[in-house]
Amino acid sequence: MPKVDGAPKVTGQAVYADDIDLPRMLHCKILRAQLPHARILSVDASAARRIPGVKAVITGQDLPIRFGILPVTQDEAALEGEKVRYVGDPVAAVAAVDEETAAAACDAIKVEYQELKPVMSIEEALKEAADEPIQAYTKRSDNVHRMVSYEFGDLAAGFARADHVREDVFFFQGSTHLPMEQHSAVATYAGGRVTLWSSTQVVHYVHRALSKVLELPMSRIRVIGAAHGGGFGGKTDPFAHEIVVAKLAMLTGRPVKCTLTREEVFYAHRGRHPVLMWVKTGVTRDGRITAMHFRSALDGGAYGSYGAASIFYTGTLQTVTYDIPAYKFEGARVFTNKAPCGPKRGHGTPQPRFAVELHLEKIAREIGLEPVELKRRNFVKPFSRAVNWLRITSCGLEECTEKVLAASGYADRQRQPGRGLGFAISAYMSGAGTAIYWNDMPHSEVQLKVDRTGVTLFCGAMDIGQGSDSVLAQIAAEELGLEPKDIHLVTADTDTTPIDLGSYSSRVTFMAGNAAVEAARRMRALLVAAVAQKMGVADLEEIDVADGRIGEFSFEEASVLAEEKFGALASAGSYKPPRIGGPFKGSGVGPSPAYSYSACVVEVTADARSGIVTVERVWIAHDIGRAINPLLVEGQVEGSVYMALGEALMEEQVYRQGLHKWPSMLEYKSPTFLETPEMHTFLVETDDPEGPYGAKEAGQGPLLPVIPAVNLAVQDALGIWIDEIPVTPEKVLRALEAKAKGEPPRFGPKVFPSVPYPEPIRVEPPDPGDLRVGDELEAAFPSSPRVR
Amino acid sequence: MRSELDRPVQRELTRLRVNGEEFELYLPVHKTLLEVLREDLKLTGTKHGCELGECGTCTVLVDGEPQLSCLLLPLQAEGRELTTVEGLAEGAALHPLQVAFAELGAAQCGYCTPGILLAAKALLVRDPRPSRDGIKEALAGNLCRCTGYVKIIEAVELASQRMAEA
Ligand code: FES
Ligand code: FES
Repeated sequence: MPKVDGAPKVTGQAVYADDIDLPRMLHCKILRAQLPHARILSVDASAARRIPGVKAVITGQDLPIRFGILPVTQDEAALEGEKVRYVGDPVAAVAAVDEETAAAACDAIKVEYQELKPVMSIEEALKEAADEPIQAYTKRSDNVHRMVSYEFGDLAAGFARADHVREDVFFFQGSTHLPMEQHSAVATYAGGRVTLWSSTQVVHYVHRALSKVLELPMSRIRVIGAAHGGGFGGKTDPFAHEIVVAKLAMLTGRPVKCTLTREEVFYAHRGRHPVLMWVKTGVTRDGRITAMHFRSALDGGAYGSYGAASIFYTGTLQTVTYDIPAYKFEGARVFTNKAPCGPKRGHGTPQPRFAVELHLEKIAREIGLEPVELKRRNFVKPFSRAVNWLRITSCGLEECTEKVLAASGYADRQRQPGRGLGFAISAYMSGAGTAIYWNDMPHSEVQLKVDRTGVTLFCGAMDIGQGSDSVLAQIAAEELGLEPKDIHLVTADTDTTPIDLGSYSSRVTFMAGNAAVEAARRMRALLVAAVAQKMGVADLEEIDVADGRIGEFSFEEASVLAEEKFGALASAGSYKPPRIGGPFKGSGVGPSPAYSYSACVVEVTADARSGIVTVERVWIAHDIGRAINPLLVEGQVEGSVYMALGEALMEEQVYRQGLHKWPSMLEYKSPTFLETPEMHTFLVETDDPEGPYGAKEAGQGPLLPVIPAVNLAVQDALGIWIDEIPVTPEKVLRALEAKAKGEPPRFGPKVFPSVPYPEPIRVEPPDPGDLRVGDELEAAFPSSPRVR
Repeated sequence: MRSELDRPVQRELTRLRVNGEEFELYLPVHKTLLEVLREDLKLTGTKHGCELGECGTCTVLVDGEPQLSCLLLPLQAEGRELTTVEGLAEGAALHPLQVAFAELGAAQCGYCTPGILLAAKALLVRDPRPSRDGIKEALAGNLCRCTGYVKIIEAVELASQRMAEA
């Protein structure tokens, strides 16, 4: 089933934010810090204001209210007035008649700084700050942002029971989303209302941030998601430029546009956190895990962003892939003077996924078990509850594993130097179980209108290319017996559409999909009732809804009958995930109404002389629950595999002396057509009881197993361990050198730093068969803290 | 302060032929073809990802050859035939490449799509039945972050097959 927005996108008609050109529109440029860490002593914009064509200049004083995506970290300013914390931090903004004038005016703004010592690594951030901490609100003398610690079940007993225990240290370097579209936003101010078009994944959260910073009620702001040129998590925060153009529109009374340059996109970032990890696992002789202790330290960059949640994500989902009877997780995020990290496809989970897959492989070899066999023995079971209370529904791990092993011939592969296969698995959430800010309202809502113009579906969901519009149209069409092309869509506009929380955490098909099913079924009931009355049929079940007909009538005739009978035809549906998290504080990050599962085998050739690794073939199986649109699911799987290959082998957001090393597309290496391997995608259907028609997510999960599978294929090919991502030729050569010298054939971090983690919150594990959620769960634990 | 603001902007009368239409424009000489197409001619189907010649997103055809419009000056395009994505369809009838891209989901966010369509069109003119490697080679300068390239390669193959059969 092709996408509903195929035609506008292949003809150049889709209107992206930067394509918007309004009468009298001004152009905005933002002056950004060129120092990684400094106090702002003064900002003098007088020369800039005198430049002909400059209509407004604003600085930190004009936008003093702080914001941030998470309620606990409202630490960003649209324009910083006190200090700058990374190269790229916004300091002032200009609206002028054209971009060049605005840029020239930025150059004319004089900012006086007092330089502070930048903090550029996790290790440095853990130490006492030299001058002052990057963020004062942590009230600490070091640069630790937040720490968490949990112990589920009896860890000591678990390790005591083990026949074999192993520890490893891993590092996963940060990378960025690199969407092809540079972020862009356009604002107007008319009649006391702000309208903002933006390239965002989270129309609603941008709406909230604008309201807070501009001190306008949400009813006086309208946010519209323009056609979207790629997000991958990189457009999931409210951004400075969105607030700045709104403010400038309010000041000048003219439309204002700001499109980031590619260099600025690298600074906007919110990409993959660099994470150091330490993991210790105990297993029995036959390879059953008895206990796992996992530590992470995340390099967060200069601001909070999603970081408080990212910490949890490096720890919580370990238990929904492998059955871990006792689990301790300690996580910490530090501030550094780098562009802020946040959620990139897989948010906080690719790093531990990589670590755990390699770690188990090492354990298996040590105890003389085939690694795949060890992993399989520990797969979680469908319809069970993990030690940290996450509830697993459908789970196709076994089926996915079967598929990729069989297709790749993994078990009988010919071992030859320079060629190798690697296997790994993963799980991911189909939407976060809780909203980003606490509220009890639905996470997604859909409204339907039927009249003489046909069917129109309204939903706040933002199609970022993944095809959410197509899925909504398909669901409504399915329920109403129509074709997707018969459904008109109005999406991602806070004035005209009911809320959807946004395109993040793989939630849209699941949540907006469930809301659409409900809205469409309600509409169908109205149509069927009217037709049944006309036909004199008492049993509504007898009325068929299919192929553009409802009973004896065409859809159009049926809608006339229904409108005659009921008046205006409108229906609505909504979805809110049930409460799933366990009875302990912090149980709100990780629960999802359903988890998708993936398994992957990657084949590489690895050249021992150059260290160059080439991915030849990828076999990936994904448990999608049910594929509502197989073509779109395949697209998501292939896109995830591609992005994973980039991360596994080449992509790095790295810094040198406080500066981003490569803020350009030429130097930030990403895979091209030439690096595209042969990809074999298998969709496994497990019919999840919670998902719309049984569907689960596809946009993020398939990325996860690919990275460790690439790494393990290199291991298989060359007999070396690269305990770091990306696997660059240099690291391969270093490990080979070590091997040649008779040293451990490994490249990677040697020690995990000492982190002042707090005492763990100790949590009694649930009965693995306890699947209660929602009211039932709440009733069982009346005194537990509210799940947040 | 930037030098271009200190002295009067030099403008030139420029004649461009885009998608078969003639335009006469009085343009600042430093403006790129990309900017002129998007801002002066309102042909916003041509996208940009870097404006530095690094991503291929802004690809247009100049006398049938794929070129990066962010690196071209309009003067360099005078007297030549320019094709943008808006010029691919014949009236309302989409080019077979456009049909195949829409059909196979080769456009996810669609942002890289105009540039890739044009590069692919040039390829199919040069080599109507390209091999997989030939397609990869021809499109290697165009980045796409959404699709993993797979559906794009398949769509070019499908279009090529259909055009051969037609
Ligand atoms: S915009 Fe990137 S190459 Fe022209
Ligand atoms: S479809 Fe989004 S960049 Fe290619």
